[in-house]
Amino acid sequence: MKYIDDTVVMKRMKSRLKYNSLWKLIFLIATSLALLTLVILLVRIVTQGSGHLNLDFFNNFGSRFPDKAGIKAALIGSVLLMLIIAPVSMILGVGTAIYLEEYAKKSKLTSFIQMNISNLAGVPSIVFGLLGLTIFVRMLVLGKSLLAAGFTMSLLILPVIIVASQEAIRAVPKEQREASYGMGATKWQTITRVVLPAAIPGILTGTILALSRAVGETAPLVVLGIPVILQFLPDSLLSQFTTLPLQIYDWAKRPQEEFQYVASAGIIVLMILLVIMNSIAIFIRNKFQKRY
Amino acid sequence: MASQGLGKEQSIQEMIARSRNNKGKKFIEKLMPIILVITALISVLTTIGIVFTLIFETFEFFQRVSITDYLFGKEWLPFSGSEPLYGILPLVLGTLKVSVIAACVAVPLGIAAAIYLSEYASDKTRRTIKPILEVLAGVPTIVYGFFALTFVTPLLQELIPSLKIFNALSPGIVVGIMILPMIASLSEDAMSSVPNSIREGALALGATKLEVSIKVVLPAAISGIIASVVLAVSRAIGETMIVSLAGGATPTFDFNVTGSIQTMTAYIVQVSSGDAGYGTTIYYSIYAVGFTLFVFTLIMNLLAQYISKRFREEY
Repeated sequence: MKYIDDTVVMKRMKSRLKYNSLWKLIFLIATSLALLTLVILLVRIVTQGSGHLNLDFFNNFGSRFPDKAGIKAALIGSVLLMLIIAPVSMILGVGTAIYLEEYAKKSKLTSFIQMNISNLAGVPSIVFGLLGLTIFVRMLVLGKSLLAAGFTMSLLILPVIIVASQEAIRAVPKEQREASYGMGATKWQTITRVVLPAAIPGILTGTILALSRAVGETAPLVVLGIPVILQFLPDSLLSQFTTLPLQIYDWAKRPQEEFQYVASAGIIVLMILLVIMNSIAIFIRNKFQKRY
Repeated sequence: MASQGLGKEQSIQEMIARSRNNKGKKFIEKLMPIILVITALISVLTTIGIVFTLIFETFEFFQRVSITDYLFGKEWLPFSGSEPLYGILPLVLGTLKVSVIAACVAVPLGIAAAIYLSEYASDKTRRTIKPILEVLAGVPTIVYGFFALTFVTPLLQELIPSLKIFNALSPGIVVGIMILPMIASLSEDAMSSVPNSIREGALALGATKLEVSIKVVLPAAISGIIASVVLAVSRAIGETMIVSLAGGATPTFDFNVTGSIQTMTAYIVQVSSGDAGYGTTIYYSIYAVGFTLFVFTLIMNLLAQYISKRFREEY
């Protein structure tokens, strides 16, 4: 004698199983929708902009005429800005991470710093622009310079770098530190010769990803009042400059349709720059990161 | 005996003693923690800097404009020369319109994607889709703004002929696409951390995968999912370039989504890209608006932290 009647079970289960496969399809479609958007976005920008990508585009400065507009000042400005942000944000970020992971005891101050960092990460980038405008541009009289923008952007990405570095430092096993102390090394020697070398791939990966965010960031620079069309290249830390996203913003705002193609070409250059940075980050992660 | 291997005549004890008395080394050991504390305090100083900058300049603004007019005024007309009006409500409403539309797009799609990735997808599919979502999250907002203005708006105009070139709908949808990866990946993390034994228990009782996902995993992970939504909406409120490019510059106090709007962030950009002289009321107004924006996002972030801490299920 059977306790369970298969036909009854199947009858009951049929609609439930049907719902299951129906919803699986819906979930799959929702997921693919996101991917589809990415494809549409990329295809559109490449088809619109590739016609404008030629040597002149890289050699010309910004211009009011679409066919003469180029990206030279913006590309070089973005790269120079990155060269300022990288060391400043890395020194501050890694320093903070070492302090929090290696020195700080569990105290109110430590948990306050930690909470402060996670809240700082949620502050909108445009608010950092207001901070930079008051502190760096006006109070420290740096003007609308590379240095002022570099400091502002460094503070913007600081929380990301701190968190990434903390994770990298935390991943270094305790045994390695203890072995180092056992050999008679001091704390600082242990940090510089054991912990940091082991953590550096993770720190670099996090830093490069944070830098790529800074490179694509526009809003704080607009607030700082960084000029858009420049006919010269910056020659010092205090000289004016412009960046790729700002240049794209300016082109996108213009009513003439040709400028849309110029903007697309600018976006292609920006995206290629980001892809290169991300590839370096992924390469470092895969090649050097040790798993304990 | 032990010293024979070393170049100079010295014993291990002497080496240790010398190393201990090395003043330079001692100095570095003492100095470095101090330097590191200073770097750590920079992040605290940044927060203090933000708060004080905003408070001081906003205070200056309220010397000129009454605080009740600002908080409850329904008209934002800072550029009308003779009698400028500074009522924040139109800007707040513009921001909320965009954020709500964005949430309507991102929450269902993001959670659906999270359920698919966490409950249905094979390991291999997950490993291909997650990096693509990361790419989507890494696209600069200026690119999204350009996409909204030149692709989404014309597309929507085909469907809704009355849609203006600048409107709330198109940037809202695109901001939704921008925050979607954040909801998807944070919710997926929350759902993946629900232990398998609970799933297996439900499956053994005859539940289908759908029933397990909706009735078991989703409730267990709900605190993480809600926190991810709150964080994503906070990101949408602070989003600047998409709304500046595609949203327009007309602060209006109505619930129409087809016409031009202005958000808090877009106003700050509008003033910054123009030539508002230092010291004018308009100059101070961007700090007041920035402060309002800061308060909004801070509350959302604290709320997200509270939810994920308070309602977390511990396994």
